[in-house]
Parts: sequence; structure tokens; C-alpha cells
Amino acid sequence: MTRLVTLVAAALAAAPLYAQTPVKIGFMAEMSGPQGALGQDQYDAFMMVVERNGGKLGGVPVEIIKEDSQLKPDVATQIVQKFIERDKVSIITGISFSNVMMAVHKPITEKEVFLIGSNAGPAPIAGAQCSPYQFIVSWQNDTQAEVVGQYATDKGYKRVVGMAPNYQAGKDFIAGFKRYYKGEIIDEIYTPLNQPDFSAELAEVAAKKPDAVYVFYPGGLGVNFIRQYQQAGLLGKIPLLATSTTDGLTLPAQKEAALGVISGTFWGPDFANPASKRFLEEFEKKYNRIPSQYAAQSYDAAQLLDSALAKVKGNVADKKALMAALKQADFKSVRGAFKFNNNHFPIQDMYVFEVAKDAKGRVSLKTIGTALKNHEDAYHTQCPLK
Amino acid sequence: MTLGLFFTQLLNGVQLGVLLFLLSAGLTLVFGIMNFVNLTHGSLYMMGAYFAAAAYNWSGSFLIAGLIGVPATVLLGLVVERVALSTLYTRDHLDQVLATFGLILFFDEVVRIIWGPSAVYMNVPDALSGTVALFGLAYPSYRFAIIGVGLAVGVGLYLLIHRTRVGMLIRAGASNPAMVSALGVNVKLLNALVFGLGAGLAGLAGLMAGPIFSVQPGMGEPILILTLVVIVTGGIGSIRGAFYGALIVGIVDTVGRVFLPTLLRAFFERSIAQAAGPAIASMLIYLLMAAVLALRPQGLFPVKHG
Repeated sequence: MTRLVTLVAAALAAAPLYAQTPVKIGFMAEMSGPQGALGQDQYDAFMMVVERNGGKLGGVPVEIIKEDSQLKPDVATQIVQKFIERDKVSIITGISFSNVMMAVHKPITEKEVFLIGSNAGPAPIAGAQCSPYQFIVSWQNDTQAEVVGQYATDKGYKRVVGMAPNYQAGKDFIAGFKRYYKGEIIDEIYTPLNQPDFSAELAEVAAKKPDAVYVFYPGGLGVNFIRQYQQAGLLGKIPLLATSTTDGLTLPAQKEAALGVISGTFWGPDFANPASKRFLEEFEKKYNRIPSQYAAQSYDAAQLLDSALAKVKGNVADKKALMAALKQADFKSVRGAFKFNNNHFPIQDMYVFEVAKDAKGRVSLKTIGTALKNHEDAYHTQCPLK
Repeated sequence: MTLGLFFTQLLNGVQLGVLLFLLSAGLTLVFGIMNFVNLTHGSLYMMGAYFAAAAYNWSGSFLIAGLIGVPATVLLGLVVERVALSTLYTRDHLDQVLATFGLILFFDEVVRIIWGPSAVYMNVPDALSGTVALFGLAYPSYRFAIIGVGLAVGVGLYLLIHRTRVGMLIRAGASNPAMVSALGVNVKLLNALVFGLGAGLAGLAGLMAGPIFSVQPGMGEPILILTLVVIVTGGIGSIRGAFYGALIVGIVDTVGRVFLPTLLRAFFERSIAQAAGPAIASMLIYLLMAAVLALRPQGLFPVKHG
């Protein structure tokens, strides 16, 4: 296992007068394997804020301990145990995948350690299993599909085919899409999770001649799907609506094959607000690539911690005060307005994007509308928190 | 279901089969002639795709990607054979599996370090980016190109194995390696040749797969499993077996995937059919393999001895 301890607080050794025990933060994400790019974007954006502030968040020195959960819930559980018992962290952030989140959510929040999630937002923790120690900076999973469903309704599509891998998340996203789509789903096609070729399904879709196709194919599957959709001559003929299929991580491999695909989420690289512009500029300069939405989420997680630690002056032992400070979310989010709901998930605008070339001619995401304003997830009423 | 759609799906099955053939031909040769279980074959396919994608991104030409990617994979295969695998020929199969499995992990990590964890860009050549109208439905031209390349390789291999001196030695090696070596044939060289040929075919498969599948770490493993199913079904060591086996597996897999959910819908509720259809369809080829193993353990088209 790779274990990298970044002791950024060392920079402060020159000023022993102000020496203060650094606040320990555990960062855990998927850093290896095909999904490693997601965790890497989360980590890079988080560390960008820490480094910009000279190894501090909220004016207090921080020590970030990085671990790779390898997309294995059992490994993640062990890491969390180590974080809490040996490293004595008071805050854990990152968490890329929902299955990992479900495994570590209880062990973390039960020990009254703050969980600042910057990606996964499965339904159970937004509803009945919510905890006051969780603060999810990204989104509840379903909302990324709901916004696309709303778009399909707004466009007046009557007949839509849904396609996703045959596992829990695939079904969740199709369900989320249907929650806001008022037309008819003429077919739902679920493909085995390890199936790389969609030629047979695409031939079927083409024969059905739907008004639009809605898909959820994350990571490498999305690269396969988009290329094959374009090669089959369907791109531009049948509108393609997608969740997590054309994002900052897959577009560099899809390029022109994805032009015109519609997707929906909370932020895009063309946002004009000052916080987003600064983030984009600094990220591109430092890492020489367009940041993905996952980087934006983690950047906001770091900013949230920055604001809250400043409010409590680094005193993480006062959990009540820190919880209140986090709940206020007093920071300039890259998405514009940001507010926590009763279940500590964001209430936020959800936007629709089209894959298009940016000013520099690179294939990126272009905002084409706000389908859902001040959107709350469907589960917050089941969460007992006030 | 129209007749046109049925033929399109059949064509999809043939195309998948042909791609599997490119991979299984190499694997079955190495397995049959050198009696060597080479799990690295999937990694060679991945390396072929990466070499081709790198050459494609550098030159912008699919042709150059092929001219660089395939020989580079052959070269890599020969180096791997000499450095790591040649000492394992006399060991038993478990040692070979362990060593070549280790190489899979090694190559996955190498590409991750060099090219990063995300998928790498590669596209079809411009001339083949369109579609061809077929039975009233559009079919991607590039998929026709895959079928063409696969059939050409099939014919080429047939001529090589049955019409040349090298092919005669390969056939002899498959039947009785001890006798071939006793007759003074340089078996070491023959092994390297067979391994290089297998690597070249894997590289060619990687090149052809690059524009339709995402080129990313670990891309070789799922297809390696299919390839193993093909050679077990077709008969280990037999090129003919690899060819027919690949076509059968490709067609069964594709046709099953499409028709089973529709078929189940006639008997069950829609939601059950939607969930169970793909699950059962993905089992079909393994059921086929199990049936073949039970009834004809030597495979459907085994090597003819004597």
C-alpha cells in the first residue's frame, strides 16, 4: 500500500514561537487503478488550497495524511480505523465511491469524527442514516440524474431509452432521471458492468428511433460508449443525455466524439463567478489540465474547512462549535450560492451542459441552462436532523 | 424484430468474434505448441493499444500507429519471452500462471505510471469514420474494417501454417515437440518465433480495438478471459479451433445479450426481464464452455494428430 504523509506544517518550523500542534486531516480516495484519476483530481485540488495558504487552513497549520482506498470497502474500513486510532485525526475528507462511503460512513461519524465528503453521496446517508458529523460538499447522487430528467421534460422529449451498467448505481441514476422526466421511457437496457462493447445494444436503440437516449456510463465505460455511439452514426441524430459519462476525466479521451452530448451537474469550467475563475486559473497553471468537477468539489471541501477552522481558531476539540461553523458554509464556492440542507447535503442550482470546444479549442463543457434552481435532494425529509 | 436488425446483430457478433480471434490465435499457438500458459497475452494486447495510441497522438495517422504499434508489441513480446518466460517452459502450469499473472500487474502499473490512470485518446481513421447503410440500418464502417482485417489474418495464418516450412515445423511442434527437437530443429528459435507471432497478433488486436474501446490500464484482463473461453471451446493449440471458437463465442454473446431480455419479457414482468436478461446473457458463453468441456473435453475443433 502506498502511504504518503505530507507534512506541510514543516514549513512553519522556522517560527517556533507560534508553533501549534497541526490539525490532522485524513484524506482518503481512490488513487490507483482505472478510477485513480478521480481521486487524484480530488487530492490535487485539495492540496492546492492547502499549499496556497502556506500549509494552513483557516490560519492553523494542518497535516494531511493521504491514503488510497483502492475502491475496496474493506481496505477503506481499515484505513479509517488507522486514521482515527493511530493518527488521531479529527477530520476525514475525500471518499470517491458510494460503496466505500457506505462502508466508512458509520465508523467515522460514530466516533464523532467529521466526514467532509467531496464526491460520493448515496441515498441512505442523505436520508434515514444521516449524521450531524457528515458534510457532503458535492451532491446527492440522484440529483445529477434528476437535472438531466428535467432537461428532457423541458425539451419535450416523448420517447426516451435509458441505458446503464447492471448494478446499483446504474439503476439509481435511471430512477433519478425518471423522477423528473415526464415522458415515456420506452426501454431500459442494463448491460453487464464489465461489458466493453455496445454494438448490439446500439443497433437496437437505432431501430427503436427514440427522441433521445439517456445513459450513465462512468469512466472507461463512458469512453467506449461515446465513441461507439458516434461511430454508429447516432451522434447528432438522436440526442444523447448523460450523467457522469462526459466529464473532465473522460473528455480528454473522447474529444470530438463527444461533441453535442448533454449532461448535468452543479459546476462547469466555464462558470464566470470570481471564485470559479480563480480556481480554474490556478489549477490549469499548476497541473496543466482542465479541472474536472471532482476537483471543484474537493477544492470547495478545502475551502469549507478553511472557513470553519478559522471560525473556531483551530480548536477542533470543541465539536459543537466546529459543527456549527461547518454548517454555516461561509465560503465562496466555485458554484456560486452554497447552503447546507438539514441533512448536510448542499441545496444548490443544478445546470445542464453541452460538450463543446472552449476558447482555446479544447473539448470541454459549456453551460446551456439551469434546469433545477435551489435543488434539494429527494431524501432530506427522511433525515431526522433539523 | 426486423430481419435487418437481426442481420446487423449477427454482424456485430461476427465482428466481436473476429477481434477475439486475433487474440486467441496467438494465445492458442503459445499454449498448444510451447505448452505454456501465458496470461501476459492480455497485457500484450494492452501494450499494443497503448503503443498504437501513443503513435497515433504523435503522428495523427492511423496507418503510422499500426506501423509502429504492432512491431513495437512484437519486440516487447520477444524481450518478455527471453527475459522472463523462457526459463519457465519446463516448470509446471501453476508456476507459469503465477509468473505471468505477476507480469499482468507489472504491465498495468507500468502504463499507469507512463500514461496515467485515465483513458488515452485514439480515433478511427477519417476514411472509416462514417457508416454504411445495411438492410436499412447504419453500420459503422470501422467495424467492417475489423472484420476484414480479422479474415485476412485468418487466411494469412492458414497459408503460413499449412503452406510453408515454418508452418510445418509449428504443426510438428504442436504434435510432438521432443521429436522435433531431436531432429535438430532449433526449438528455442521456433519458440521465440511463435511467441513473437502471438505478440504481433495481440498488438494488432490492440490497434484495432483502440478506437472503439477505452485504452486504459487493465483493459487486457476482461478480454483475456473471453479469449481463454474461446480457446477452450475451440480446442487448445488449433488455429482452426480459435477461428470457429471465436466466431461462436462472439455470436452467442452478442445475440444472447440482445434477444434474451426480449425473450424473457414474454414470460416475466418487465423489470425482472430487464434485470435477469443481461445477467443470464453474460453467463451464456460460460455455459457453452462448460457444455463443451463436459461433452468434448478436447474442444470442438481440436488439433488433428497423426
